[in-house]
Parts: sequence; C-alpha cells; structure tokens
Amino acid sequence: MRQGPFVLFSAWRGSGEQERVLEGMKLTGSQIFAEVLIEQGVDVLFGYPGGAVLNIYDALYQYQDKLTHIMTAHEQGAAHAADGYARATGKTGVVLATSGPGATNLVTGIATAYMDSIPMVAFTGNVGTSLIGKDSFQEVYIAGITMPITKHNYVVRRVEELADIMRSAFRIAQSGRKGPVLVDIPKDITSASCEFHPRPKWTPPSADFPQAIALAKAAEIINEAKRPVIYFGGGVSAAEAGEELRSLCEKAQIPATYTLMAAGILGYQEPLNLGLVGMHGCRTSNKAIDEADVVIAIGTRFSDRVALNTDRFAKRATIVQIDIDPSEVNKNVKVGHWVIGDVKAVLRALLPLIQPADHAPWLAQIEEWKQNDYHPKDDDTTMKPHQILDAVCKMAGSDAVYVTDVGQHQMWAAQYIHHLKPRCFLTSGGLGTMGFGYGAAIGAAMATERKKPIVMLTGDGSFHMNLNEACTAVSYDLPIITVIFNNQVLGMVRQWQTVFYEKRYSSTDPHRKTDFPKLAEAFGAQGRRCTSQPEFEQAFAWALEQKGPVWIECVIDKDEKVLPMIPAGGTLDDIMMS
Amino acid sequence: MQRKVISILVQNHSGVLARVSSLFGRRGFNIDSLTVSATDKPDISRITVVVHDDETVLEQIIKQTERLEETCQIFQLENEKSLLRELLLVRVAANAHDRAELHEIADIYKARIIDLAPASMAIELTGEPEKIDAFLAVLGHYQILELCRTGITAMARGDQKHHKQATKL
Repeated sequence: MRQGPFVLFSAWRGSGEQERVLEGMKLTGSQIFAEVLIEQGVDVLFGYPGGAVLNIYDALYQYQDKLTHIMTAHEQGAAHAADGYARATGKTGVVLATSGPGATNLVTGIATAYMDSIPMVAFTGNVGTSLIGKDSFQEVYIAGITMPITKHNYVVRRVEELADIMRSAFRIAQSGRKGPVLVDIPKDITSASCEFHPRPKWTPPSADFPQAIALAKAAEIINEAKRPVIYFGGGVSAAEAGEELRSLCEKAQIPATYTLMAAGILGYQEPLNLGLVGMHGCRTSNKAIDEADVVIAIGTRFSDRVALNTDRFAKRATIVQIDIDPSEVNKNVKVGHWVIGDVKAVLRALLPLIQPADHAPWLAQIEEWKQNDYHPKDDDTTMKPHQILDAVCKMAGSDAVYVTDVGQHQMWAAQYIHHLKPRCFLTSGGLGTMGFGYGAAIGAAMATERKKPIVMLTGDGSFHMNLNEACTAVSYDLPIITVIFNNQVLGMVRQWQTVFYEKRYSSTDPHRKTDFPKLAEAFGAQGRRCTSQPEFEQAFAWALEQKGPVWIECVIDKDEKVLPMIPAGGTLDDIMMS
Repeated sequence: MQRKVISILVQNHSGVLARVSSLFGRRGFNIDSLTVSATDKPDISRITVVVHDDETVLEQIIKQTERLEETCQIFQLENEKSLLRELLLVRVAANAHDRAELHEIADIYKARIIDLAPASMAIELTGEPEKIDAFLAVLGHYQILELCRTGITAMARGDQKHHKQATKL
C-alpha cells in the first residue's frame, strides 16, 4: 500500500476523528474530490480514465479502500451504470469521465437520467484552465452541451471552489424533483492545492407541510368521487411513497394504474392494481381513466405515451394532481386542482382527510373490463414473450432486480413481469434509450452488492448497441443474466411499419448473423440459445447458479406484437387488441 | 394577445443568460425582447423578457425558469403597476431643410439629437415602448437609415421591491 496522508485519513475514518484531522489540511483538488465523495456517502462510482482525469484517478488509487471504481467499456455504459445504481438504491449515482470524447459519451446517459428524474452527479475532466477555449486536444464545452439535460452544471474555476461545488451538485441532484448535475473540472484544478474543510453529508430538509387549503380541497374532490382512479408515476418511487399510495388505494377503495416509471410500486396481484396505462397499457387502465369522474395523478407528468391525446385524456374527470414540481401542473393536460409538495408528505397529510369508501359499482364495472381485457394466449409450440417472462419471474424469485433495454421486450416486461417491489424494475422511460440496459444492470448489480439476481431483459436490437459492457460484467463478476428476445428484427419499429406503413420494412430487418452464445464466450461470459420454453427454463435455472454474467438467447417470431396498442395521438376508440 | 413583461432576478454568474435562453429555445417559448441589466446588488442581475403569448404559456415560462438553479426570483410585471422603459437610437436621412422639422418632432417627443452629419441625424429617445412606437410612426415619413431598440427594461412602481430577499441565496 502506498504511503501518504490518505492512509492516515483512512485509518481515522469512522472513528469520528477524521474531521478534526482533515480540518484545514492542505489537499490537492484530486484528494478533495475523493474526500467530498466519501463525505457525501458515495462508495461506488463508475467511469473511464483519460488524460484530463489522471490526477483524479491517482487519488482513486489512493482511496481504493473507501471508493470502489467500476471501469466500464465505454463512458455511456458508465453513465447508465450510475443511473441504474441510483434507480436501484435511491442514492445519487456518480460517474466520472475524461474531457472531450469521454464527456460527450456521457451525454445520452445524462439525458436518460434527466428525463426520468434520476439523481446523478457526472464529473468530467477538462483541459487545463489556460487551454480552455483554445480548441485544445480533447477539449469540449461540456457545460454548454449538457445545459438542457442537467438540472444544473458547473465549471470549477478555482480549487478553493471545488469542495463546495461538489456539495452543491449532490444537494441539487437529490433535492426537489431529482435529476442529474454535471461538474466539469479542468486538469490544473485537480493538481492545485488548498485548505480543506470537512462538512457533514448533506441531507434533504424535511419536506414542507403541504398547504392545508389545497389538501382539504383535494380531499373533498376525492371524497365526492363516484368513479375515482389513481394514475401514478415515477414520482412515487422517487419519494419512497409506495406505502402511502397503497393506504390511499385501500382506504377509499380507489383502483390505481401506473406508468412505466412506476412498475413495481404496487404488487402485480394486488386487486386494486389495474396495470400499466398508456400506449401499451391494458385496456382496463385506459378505460378507467376515460370513464372516471376523478383522476388522482400522483408524481406523474401526463407524457404523450400516456395522455396520448391531451384534449381527450380523462375528459369526464376532474383531475387532482400531486407533484413536487409546480411546472408539471397544466403543462400537458389542464388539471382541476393540484397540491404541490413531496408526494410522501402530501399523501401522509391527505390520508386522514379521506373518507373510507367502497366504490362497489365502479369496482364491479372495472372487474368486468378486466375479464374482457387483452390476455395473451399460451402456445407450447413456439416461444412466447409472456411465457418466457412468466418463467423468469417464477424462477428468479422476489429478490430479483429487472432491467430492460428499449423496445418490444421492454413493453412486454412492463406488462408481464410480476412486479413486487419498488426499485426493482429499471427502465428508460422518458428518453427511451436503446442500449440503456447493460450499463444499468451493472449499476444494479453493484447496488445490490452482487447478492441479488439481476435479470437484464433486452432485444437483439437494443443489445447490439451496448453489449460491449459484457466485458465489465466479466471483469467484476457481476451476476447479470441477460435474456435476449431475438426476433431478428427491430421489433418495435417494425411493428409500427406493419401497422402504419403497409409493411414496408425499411431498415428493420438487418439479417444479422450474431451468434450470441459464442459472443458471450468470447467475452469470457457464458451463453445459451433456446428455441423452446422447456429449453429456456432449463437454461435459466442453470444461469441462476452461475456466478458471473450469462446470456440466454430466446428465438421468437418476428411478427410478435406488443398489444394492446393505442396509436400516438389516439384515444381508447383507436385501441388495437389484435 | 397582450404583451407580457417578465422580470427574472438571477445570480450574476457567467453563463446564466445562456441557461435562460437555452431553456426558452428548448421549450419553444417565443420572446419579443430580452434585456439583461445590473441591479443594486452586484451578485444579482435582472433579465427582462417580453412575450406575446397566452396565460398557459406565460405560466410555463415562469415555472420552467423558476426551476433553474440560478433563478432567484421571477414574476410578471403588470403593465399598470410597472415602469417600462426602452431606449431607441435612430438615424434618419436629413438634408439642410429637413433638419428643422425633425428637430421639432424630436422636441415634441422629448427626444434628443445626438449626432449630426451632412446627410443625416441620429436621435435618441427613452420612454415607454408605446411612445417609441408612436415616435417611429411619425418618423415613417422620413427615410430611416438605421435603427435600434434596446428592448424593454422594467421594474415595479411604488414601494414594492421584489428582490429584498433573493430566495435561493
């Protein structure tokens, strides 16, 4: 082990003495970087080294007993990993990249986190201060590039500012509506020194008590409802308000439907859980919103994949919206009433004002819709997505964390995974980032300390985008089981071409010859190919026993569709059930 | 649609104007004018934005801008409760016998002639935007060679002072 003051700090850490030892000590920017990460409760970060961050990486070498750095194959994978880590834990994900291409490779990952309000801090190196603005080697103005996809970003101009800027970054990422923050650190800042003053970890202030008048009005509307429905989204997960949501559902017997970002908040089998809403949501959910007299929108943003036609969404209902972000009120759909605040705090304050109810006729009506909803048919002669997912759920157990890429497999996963717990379904909702999955799965594996099975569901299209991260899973022995729904085509785009473009399959049938099991082996992972359900179940059971990453390829029909489907801009009248 | 004036008090950091204009660009908010000015506090700048849009858009502009970390305060300045001023510089083609007439017009509007050349004169006028519009309408009878308007800068009337406590500082 190297000698140096850091060893001393490490030895002191946890004894309550380290603040005293560190107070006023002269540290380099890189040491400050490591110290503030530790101070903010970070123990894992994802990244990729390079010229501008060499000093920081040197510090990470010194602090390796406190900070685990996961080196990915590509910075995009690192960004998705930090995002996946944050989704799985609720903590702030941290990613580190070098200047120029390292920084630009983060962009998709940052935008993904931004669209889904995921707390993340991205650090980028930059060329030295004197070289900034000179088109220097690997120089890019990443603060400008990421302005519209971060909550805020910083360029550190002086080493004295570094610690406080990092602290602000963590505060902003976690406060209010969460999201990514970027801190750009020129190389000379990482080698310059200044006095360091330790601070306690920032913790969010207790949420403001929501406004009594707004609450009372909300309760009045809900109490008078005859046909209420709750429509909830990722904000419930961000606020850890699943229990409060369940209490509201149960107390007044209000059925609830969720967006993609909120899968797993309510259990799959809970009677009041209607299922997914929106374009590929079940008919019952969409019908319930269409027929409701009161829609309670909680932590959700009326996206165009749910409020497909903003003029006709919940057209018979008074909408009561609960959200932490005032800008979401009346943004896409006009709402009748709103309460602004932390969803958990608002629900807690609201619950005592809600009168118990049974809404029996309404629930009976909904039950009838459920019976007549779309139910996929089992078929033992071929591989069916819902049967594969059924088996996955049964075998992976209730501890598994599911991660998806983007496309048909993602929608099937949202529809058929037997979600049981919050933070166990990680998917790119807002940005719809193909290639999100493997990086996010790496993050999830680190978040669960490699102790839970991580099931990465992907399609052959999405997987080809970032399957290079398999090498990372191999390097770090991550128990990621990748289930590849291989239909040989870009299924979702092709489905649209089938429905809307008279089967003109432009660039969706690439005739790829990738041999997934062989490729897995080439990476040092293991792989199986399955063409039948029993074969798959056998392979999956085997996969669960393996320590490192496994790929299981499932061959499915290219005409397999995601159903139901309401076309973009459509209404319930346009729903396709076959 | 009515003209609406929004006042944004922001932290005086480099790049803050870029953040505001990037937000406006991204969200598709169309603006008539935007001015940035110093305030009595050196760490706070004021951005005055003029838009012609309906209430829904105005509400979104305010709420989205409020989300920016460097926004201290944002509020609408209602016309009757606000002092709105704009500066006009205009160069008009003027030969020897136009000069007297232009001088007279300038006097009526309390505008100042700030430059005189053999074939033109430059006039400065400060005032409410309506006054500037009216002045320019009169000048329409002459040949305008060059013109610039600063856009509106504004503050509230009376004793109200909005940035007493800049909330996020």
